[in-house]
Amino acid sequence: MRDLINRMARRVPAWPLYIVGVVPVAYLFWLGINGGLGAEPIKKLEQEIGGIGLQLLVAGLAITPLRRFFGINLIKFRRAIGLLVFFYIVVHLLVWLLIDVQDVWRIWQDILKRPYITIGMVGFTCMVPLAVTSNNWSVRRLGGAWRRLHRLTYIVAVLGAVHFVMLVKGFQIEPLIYLAVILALLATRVPNRRKRAAA
Amino acid sequence: MAYRWKNDLKDKDVTDEAAFLNRRQLMVGMGALGAIGAGAMAGKANAGADLEPNSYEDITSYNNFYEFGTGKDDPAAYAHTLTTSPWTVKIEGMVDKPGDYAFEDIMAKMTIEERLYRFRCVEAWSAVIPWNGFELSDLLTLAGVQSGAKYVGFETLYRPEEMVGQNRGTLDWPYVEGLRMDEAMHPLTIMATGIYGKDIPNQNGAPLRLVVPWKYGFKSIKSIVKITVLNEEPPCTWNQTNASEYGFYSNVNPEVDHPRWSQASERKIGGGLFAGRQPTLMMNGYADQVAGMYDGMDLRKFF
Repeated sequence: MRDLINRMARRVPAWPLYIVGVVPVAYLFWLGINGGLGAEPIKKLEQEIGGIGLQLLVAGLAITPLRRFFGINLIKFRRAIGLLVFFYIVVHLLVWLLIDVQDVWRIWQDILKRPYITIGMVGFTCMVPLAVTSNNWSVRRLGGAWRRLHRLTYIVAVLGAVHFVMLVKGFQIEPLIYLAVILALLATRVPNRRKRAAA
Repeated sequence: MAYRWKNDLKDKDVTDEAAFLNRRQLMVGMGALGAIGAGAMAGKANAGADLEPNSYEDITSYNNFYEFGTGKDDPAAYAHTLTTSPWTVKIEGMVDKPGDYAFEDIMAKMTIEERLYRFRCVEAWSAVIPWNGFELSDLLTLAGVQSGAKYVGFETLYRPEEMVGQNRGTLDWPYVEGLRMDEAMHPLTIMATGIYGKDIPNQNGAPLRLVVPWKYGFKSIKSIVKITVLNEEPPCTWNQTNASEYGFYSNVNPEVDHPRWSQASERKIGGGLFAGRQPTLMMNGYADQVAGMYDGMDLRKFF
């Protein structure tokens, strides 16, 4: 089973992910414009896009544990997944800025005064250097620093989950599940670093 | 006593229901013109300006009714399992005639009128809803409120076998809410039993729910089975869940933010992808009729 997956992964290129990954966004916008997102399509669009971004983040964080514990190697898809996360969060942010709040003063006040939005913006800011360095040239130039820089992903994931937890009313299960899964995936990495340091 | 509140809109102002069922298609075409229209509307920021009713479809498909799930489309999807007949409202406490009041008996004695109200959720979305209902004060007078009574408490049905969300601990069930006596007896406060002339759908709180239009929507408790008249502040579910975010009064107030988000603006639902936001009105636009009840109260402290 594992060998089958690895064989298939070796044959499938990573670039189609970029194309497939954009389809949900286009589809959601199409739905929004044509009344398919219900009575409040703006918030729905924001939440669906943010949700997919979080799911892609979980997928990206699962790649190393999949390799370490199950021998399934999907590393070559990780860059596409990471850049898609960035794309989804950029769109999520643009929907919030341009379609939801629209007022520059209110946007600034929200970023300063609403903790869940501040956390979201910090998470986004941390993603920018990761997106900018997601290419072969950066990996070559930065060397070991590249790997250390990209550990920012862990922080981005936690901030994203906390952003979701903080914006719902009352006690709701879905955002807590995301947080639990992300923390579990991060927990799998702790012994790895100690092992690598020893080697 | 019914009919104490007069709407400044007339029958001729009510838009034909069929036109509203097509409203979304119309809005898509008018998207470009909307920006110009919004600018013109901004100058008319008074209570009577924006009372265009939302479509029946929007009103009955976008709901917060956690007894059926926390998604906005959950109530419409799951509320069909609720049986609303037979239905009894137990009225108890400081009343002359406590007891179990059958829903049909209540309806026979009340005067049902149309009330076109703004509705504002604490989450900063809003709607305009053509309710059908009777004044709560008429029901309380029927039961005979005793002197010394200061508050009215309400309770929603608890029936987890019919209300799937009650099997989760999202909130403490049954849902409870309360009003001060003057708020409960106010002409604006109604028990709604219909929307657009039809029986109120399950997802909107069938067979009868409270509507207090100058307060955040969670105070307009749904599917009521018990009314208690008392002289101390009754428990309110959201207030008990998080008192720092949901106060007993919860009057709509653009100047007092929710701890986690601003209340200065709101999104009226049903406006499509490019609806934008509108400024929130003090007391949801009913300030001239209700502000007197809160004279001298610090609305930041009593939020």
